[in-house]
Amino acid sequence: MMSDNNLILSLSGIHVRHGQQVLLNNIDLNIHPREIVTIIGPNGAGKSTLLRVALGLQNADSGRVQRRPQLRIGYMPQKLDLNPLMPVSVARFLQMARRSSSGANITEALALTGVKHLAAQPMQDISGGETQRVLLSRALLANPQLLVLDEPAQGVDITGQTELYELIGTLRDKLNCAVLMVSHDLHLVMEKTDTVICLNKHVCCHGHPEQVSNDPAYLQLFGRRYAEAVALYHHDHDHRHNMHGEVECSHNHD
Amino acid sequence: MIDVLVYAAIAGLLLALICGPLGALVTWQGIAFFGDTLAHSALLGLAIGFLLQVNLDLAVLITSLAIAGVLFLLQLWRKGSSLDSLLGILSHSSLALGLVCLSQLEGARVDLSAFLFGDLLAVMQEDLYLLLGVDAVILLLLWRFWGGLVAIAAHAELAAVEGHPVAMLRLMMMLMIAATVAVAMKVVGVLLITAMLIIPASTAGRLARSPEQSALLAMLCGGAAVLMGLGSAWYWDTPAGPSIVLCATLFYLLSQLRPGFRQGY
Repeated sequence: MMSDNNLILSLSGIHVRHGQQVLLNNIDLNIHPREIVTIIGPNGAGKSTLLRVALGLQNADSGRVQRRPQLRIGYMPQKLDLNPLMPVSVARFLQMARRSSSGANITEALALTGVKHLAAQPMQDISGGETQRVLLSRALLANPQLLVLDEPAQGVDITGQTELYELIGTLRDKLNCAVLMVSHDLHLVMEKTDTVICLNKHVCCHGHPEQVSNDPAYLQLFGRRYAEAVALYHHDHDHRHNMHGEVECSHNHD
Repeated sequence: MIDVLVYAAIAGLLLALICGPLGALVTWQGIAFFGDTLAHSALLGLAIGFLLQVNLDLAVLITSLAIAGVLFLLQLWRKGSSLDSLLGILSHSSLALGLVCLSQLEGARVDLSAFLFGDLLAVMQEDLYLLLGVDAVILLLLWRFWGGLVAIAAHAELAAVEGHPVAMLRLMMMLMIAATVAVAMKVVGVLLITAMLIIPASTAGRLARSPEQSALLAMLCGGAAVLMGLGSAWYWDTPAGPSIVLCATLFYLLSQLRPGFRQGY
């Protein structure tokens, strides 16, 4: 229900199954204009599936997806797997975006992410970090009201990751768009994020990262990256898990 | 006698014209196996044509288009999972079914090798009309939808979010491949059709600097291979279809000697 007129994207009660397996269970997700929402969670938690449902690339088995009419979405996929026999320069790759792909816009979009100098390079010759920036530039061509980023810092070294997340924060301010992203590295995206959603097939917890990060248990645990998911289970009090990790009592989300 | 050569050359060049860009799209998406499946089922179309006693070219064309439609639906149905083994089964069982049906047809004197390896020098003026029609339609569609087809070849989901009609473009591409396969049967034969799609496009992909250049270069490579192969068939009496494919392969090998667009590739 899009009760709040201010929402640009709203998912409610999303269920997705694949065969017998439950991928997403009763997910609610609301995004306001200019809000940065980060989804974190362990591998196989359904993070990418949730993005695909939000984008309309995949249908939910039940639940409701509502996008603001004519919502302009810029999407940055998790990875690009270009065939080595496909000769495509960076500029030509950006031209594939359907809307407003004139030369001036392309140069501008590349400049915004700091890779203008790569325009004539073949896509297959640029580094992982540069590829992520080019993908981000292509997402910007839609003049997006919502940027959807699937692990934007994948394959980027640690310095590059910090820079990339800073860039995303800057772009939000410049373009006045909301951001929905999936990330493994909460400690890197923390300060830029308005809302964190911890996903493990269901929403384990969500809220402002400050609130979350003031918890000493959280701080202690968050140094150890492998304990990321545990950390977020830990300070979440609206439901409990039984020995099998299943939720024992139903929980309500605001 | 020279007519035979002229018709053969025109037929081969018309085929190279559509195989260039389509082959590039097929190569980029790594879906050569679709071409094989469609090619093998073309033989089934031939058997159906004999059975119903209708125009063979049309029977093959319609069967190929129908099978492309079935493949498209299979792809939608099995979204995300690999179709490899299913396509393999479909491909070879339709080839076998076509061969068995053809062998049982009485009265039809079928020269199987003409269909398996092509019979370019038997192309007649009437054959050119169908080829010309298919060429015109395909080139027009490619011209109109090229941008979208390239976008889905690079990243289909990204293209879908950007508003490209991905399902429609996919279906269109498969129907175009089906039509190409159907008209290519006379030129290079069922077993070598995929080669006409893949080899010139692979040669071009390494040398070209853009998708568009790649498509044009593949047309040129294919055309040159057709003329050379035909020359070989004329002077040395080699089979035309296989000679054309060998010439295309020769270009491919030569292209490996030149430095490509990208470093170290």
